[in-house]
Amino acid sequence: MTATLSLTETFVQLLYLVASILFVLGLKDLGDAQTARRGVLLAELGMVAAVAGTLLYGVGVTHVIVRWEWIVVALLIGSAVGTGMGLWIPMTKMPERIALSHAFGGLAVGLVGVVEYLQHGGPQMTTLQISATGLEVALGALTFTGSLMAFGKLQGFITGRPVTYPGQNLTNMLMIVGTLGLIGLLVYSPGSAWAFYLVAALGVLLGVLLVLPIGGADMPVVICLLNSYAGLAAAATGFALGNNVLIICGALDGFSGFLLGMMMSKAMNRSFSNVLFGAFGAVPEAKAVTEGAQPSGPAPNVGSVEEAAEVLRAARSVIVVPGYGMAVSQAQHAVRDLANVLQANGCDVRYAIHPVAGRMPGHMNVLLAEANVPYDHLFDLDVINDDFTATDVALVVGANDVVNPAARSNQSSPIYGMPILSADLAKTCVVLKRSLNAGFAGIENELFVRSNTMMVLGDAKKTLMQFTSALKE
Amino acid sequence: MSLTLIFGLYVFFLAAFTGYQVISKVPHLLHTPLMAFTNAISGISLVGSLLAAGGHYGTVSTVLGAVAVLAATINVVGGFLITDRMLRMFKKKGGAR
Repeated sequence: MTATLSLTETFVQLLYLVASILFVLGLKDLGDAQTARRGVLLAELGMVAAVAGTLLYGVGVTHVIVRWEWIVVALLIGSAVGTGMGLWIPMTKMPERIALSHAFGGLAVGLVGVVEYLQHGGPQMTTLQISATGLEVALGALTFTGSLMAFGKLQGFITGRPVTYPGQNLTNMLMIVGTLGLIGLLVYSPGSAWAFYLVAALGVLLGVLLVLPIGGADMPVVICLLNSYAGLAAAATGFALGNNVLIICGALDGFSGFLLGMMMSKAMNRSFSNVLFGAFGAVPEAKAVTEGAQPSGPAPNVGSVEEAAEVLRAARSVIVVPGYGMAVSQAQHAVRDLANVLQANGCDVRYAIHPVAGRMPGHMNVLLAEANVPYDHLFDLDVINDDFTATDVALVVGANDVVNPAARSNQSSPIYGMPILSADLAKTCVVLKRSLNAGFAGIENELFVRSNTMMVLGDAKKTLMQFTSALKE
Repeated sequence: MSLTLIFGLYVFFLAAFTGYQVISKVPHLLHTPLMAFTNAISGISLVGSLLAAGGHYGTVSTVLGAVAVLAATINVVGGFLITDRMLRMFKKKGGAR
């Protein structure tokens, strides 16, 4: 860092600085839906500056880039695949896409680490270089396989249920300690190639084993965590290469994933460590017991489509509570059509979005945006929750746990303490549900048997369309 | 500890702090685009990948580097495109359908 830089190197470093500033400004613009698209443009310019700078560095005095044909081919294929993934993946598949691209990110970083080791010939690496490269390869490999596991679970290739076995946490802990130990050994003996590749192999295995026990319901947190790992791996690359733009981007990415993960955990009333260790097994086991059991206590109040339509016709205010079930059946368009008719009747329609609705943070907002629901009609839990008491109808579409009053009152419930949407406090709560069986979560929902609740059974999309045509008459 | 490490840690923690300030202001509404966005930015590892692929350290390095370039490019291009695609859908009341 004390050496004076050549003119070319100075220019390249300045380009990296410009890129870093553009990335931060881009993130800042993402704080508001009005300016967000400009933010993307700024970050794109930043990426162009960083890549151009690197290629320039490659042809400059140092001549570090000498083989171009591979680079050009890889850039072209990567751009083609990226364009396909960017333009044609349906919005419901967004979590899968994000998981897959975290895998690509981890793979890239891991491979760069291996090449660094090969290039520097191991023994010549400084303490900083070897320890950073070790961390980079371990984190990169872990992110790669962990993300593929998350992708497999979301896509249904691997069971979404938590897979647990005795001594799981101990095994994982030993592997983490082992990996760190090997990196420590590499610091003293950078030439031990076997240790280096063992670190990579342990990373690959850890990625699989760490995600295996995590259940489908905790996927949002896992995706955030993998985001964080991908960022930290990139930052480690920055330390290894002495490249600040990599350190900065890695820190931004690592921190955003961490922050979102914390928020999601809070929204589920779970601690981070709770998600990572232990609690996964407990919840589904409780589910298994209640599954198939007949609901006891008062019978739910089942209404016909006509009755529910009458309630909606009389309503002056409606809050829609959408769940992921609505999104997969593409019922969000039917919701939107119904809302249009209600609004034409002078009814105030708003949407209450629970933080964990959907399969990743903010997923429900994207799905509703796709159905042309204006975003100023969408409200977060903490903003809208007090308004339910003054609302005529809460229309629950495909949501279950996020409106279960047991989270407020029943200490023995697995979801006790989770912040919920107070749909039960509306004058009437209309719940659209396929049948009276316990839902995916398997937890009985006492909202369904409340006296002010009307259950309308059947396919939500069809029911909503029937509501719309009934109201148009 | 080397000076390079200290210097790197300064950069890392200042960036993390800036990131915290900026990212915590992103509304829930935009969290999915945020994730696609940071995913695209993490494609900055393309910088390292280019150096790895272009080096003259043998075929293995070049091939591994080229795969890294491929993977990072997919993230950069796909990430930015999909972020913009999502953001285009977010419309305020009265916005064009």
